[in-house]
Amino acid sequence: MKELTIISGKGGTGKTSVTAAFAFLAANRVVVDADVDAANLFLTLPHTTIQKENFLGGRLAEIDPVICTECGECLERCQFDAISTDFIVDAIACEGCGVCVHYCPMDAITFEQQTCGERFLSTTPNGPMVHAKLGIAQENSGMLVSQLRQQAREIAKENDIPMIIVDGPPGIGCPVIASITNADGVLIVTEPSMSGMHDMERVKRLADQMRVPAFLCINKADLNQEKADLMKEFARENNIKFAGEIPFDREVTASMNAGKSLVEFSQGPASKAVQNVWKNVTSYINDTMNRLI
Amino acid sequence: MIVTIASGKGGTGKTTVTVNLAACAPGAGVQVFDCDVEEPNSHIFLKPENCSKEPISTMVPEVDMDKCTLCKACEKICQFSAITTIAKKVMTFPEMCHSCRGCEMVCPENAITASSRVLGDLIQGTNSAGIPLTWGELRVGEAMSPPLIEKVKARINPKAISFVDGPPGTSCPAVAALRHSDFALLVAEPTPFGLNDLALTVEALKKLDVPMAIVINRDDGKSRVIDDYAAREGIEILARLPFTREAAAVCSKGLLLVDEIPEMRLRFTELFSTLMEKADKGGERK
Amino acid sequence: MKIAVSSSGNTLESDIDPRFGRAMNFIIINTETMAFEIKENTQNLNLPQGAGIQAGKTVADLEVEAVITGNCGPKAFNVLEAAGVKVITGISGTVKDAVEKLNTGSLAYAGGPNVEGHWV
Repeated sequence: MKELTIISGKGGTGKTSVTAAFAFLAANRVVVDADVDAANLFLTLPHTTIQKENFLGGRLAEIDPVICTECGECLERCQFDAISTDFIVDAIACEGCGVCVHYCPMDAITFEQQTCGERFLSTTPNGPMVHAKLGIAQENSGMLVSQLRQQAREIAKENDIPMIIVDGPPGIGCPVIASITNADGVLIVTEPSMSGMHDMERVKRLADQMRVPAFLCINKADLNQEKADLMKEFARENNIKFAGEIPFDREVTASMNAGKSLVEFSQGPASKAVQNVWKNVTSYINDTMNRLI
Repeated sequence: MIVTIASGKGGTGKTTVTVNLAACAPGAGVQVFDCDVEEPNSHIFLKPENCSKEPISTMVPEVDMDKCTLCKACEKICQFSAITTIAKKVMTFPEMCHSCRGCEMVCPENAITASSRVLGDLIQGTNSAGIPLTWGELRVGEAMSPPLIEKVKARINPKAISFVDGPPGTSCPAVAALRHSDFALLVAEPTPFGLNDLALTVEALKKLDVPMAIVINRDDGKSRVIDDYAAREGIEILARLPFTREAAAVCSKGLLLVDEIPEMRLRFTELFSTLMEKADKGGERK
Repeated sequence: MKIAVSSSGNTLESDIDPRFGRAMNFIIINTETMAFEIKENTQNLNLPQGAGIQAGKTVADLEVEAVITGNCGPKAFNVLEAAGVKVITGISGTVKDAVEKLNTGSLAYAGGPNVEGHWV
């Protein structure tokens, strides 16, 4: 079983469109939407949700105003400015550390585990999709990503599915780390710009730290071919396998508007290019060592 | 006044809008704060000079084993498994620590003191047009960005006009950037992805009680998804920026639209004054 | 020797759970007699973070000499190492097969974690 995570560093480079195309091209796969705080994959994949589960995250302090004597102990100890001067906990600022709970002389503070979102299992034409919706302003997105990947692995193992494709979140923080740890390969989808270059370098360093082999795809390459060529050179010098470039093509947005994956919707230049990227990526990832049992 | 530029979806043009708005109003005293600390990009466009850099750290516990009696009080209070006793030793896991200082407070022997762990850098500089930029750069491999975002925001002078370039998404980093803003300018692209993520951000802003308006970026003149949504929600659309290959090429080179394309300067100047008007009113309402 | 094996079931025929921190159960076995008992790991399964650390403490408190599992991350490995528990990673198949292999000396102790931490 192989697991490929698609990341970008910079947002909006076309990660999800590429993932949706891969999910359509792979004959037998589990696809995971790990961009849990702005999930989009479900918008391009026809699916039927067959299972829903609440996702429990960290705890939240709540002060019972009837018991509270407003002694100020909690206010003084909270490091997150989460308690107002009229002794109401700001649920967004509360880190769930429990220090106020421990020190409240009246035991006026409850500390329950919170429902932070929902996890879904859906069926799609080429296999299951595991996705989620993180509640607004919720924490623990990294944990949710880990749970989704875990579930995808279990499904893949049970049903003998050879491939897991993960649509990763932007950035390099907690949920990104959670979506690439122990993956067999990451495909970095970038765009030929100063920002794209800057962010690609950072995301590549992260992949190196996590010891995950990296592949590169340059989207909208013709918008700045010069920059795209520099990126290819960077890939050569930094042990990144180049998986191909995709030209700017209005069909990409059109396919999104139609709620379909690009390869299903169009046979234009971008569609052909992404099929070539998929061919290269599958051959690269099958060359990697099996990391997990 | 703090105006945060946000989007939900990544790559809709938050940074483009932030830096061009700032650059079209020289003399207005605008300061820019890039809170997308995972992937900061504003400096690429604003090109600040003579930058100063300082490491930003967060508190983590350090245990004096000579004083420790292995009472496990620290282990019990820690919600994050960042400190634990095992085989007559106290182990700490700094990357799990949320810096709540519970262990330090609870230790009966005063064996725990505050040490620090570097999260990233805070960088400040001013460009040739006199625009000051402050940004954070998260250390690669570091999971926790909100404390660094808070440190960047701590540099905001509330009396000046501050533009905050936020990270994408709607979870902790995005919320950390949006909290305590006087106004939010949402940059949205007219696609199903753009709409879906815009709606999530609007929900977050309602929770945070921050007034907002929308800029449509890469407007193709056809799709009305954002217009329809904005009308339903009663959110004003302040500007529409068209997609042109020329604009995309300027941005890809790390240049400012307002410097390269005269029409863009007009549009951004107009947007700046409308935005200031709205944000002033929004501030009053609050 | 008393050892702990991460398992997705509760018999010697059960599969080894590839996860250590979030394993379903630990089967605590006397490798000479094959007598065993079950230590449930449910309290760690649903922990927001630090499951590896807590699971490491759970088995260390049972005073086992070694752990057999699939994947062990750096934090759990450090805890086990600090407690003097040896770790064998990368093992799949049934619990019984693994113990028999251990008895014939065909399993090697790991010098470090075999996977990255999960950060949660």
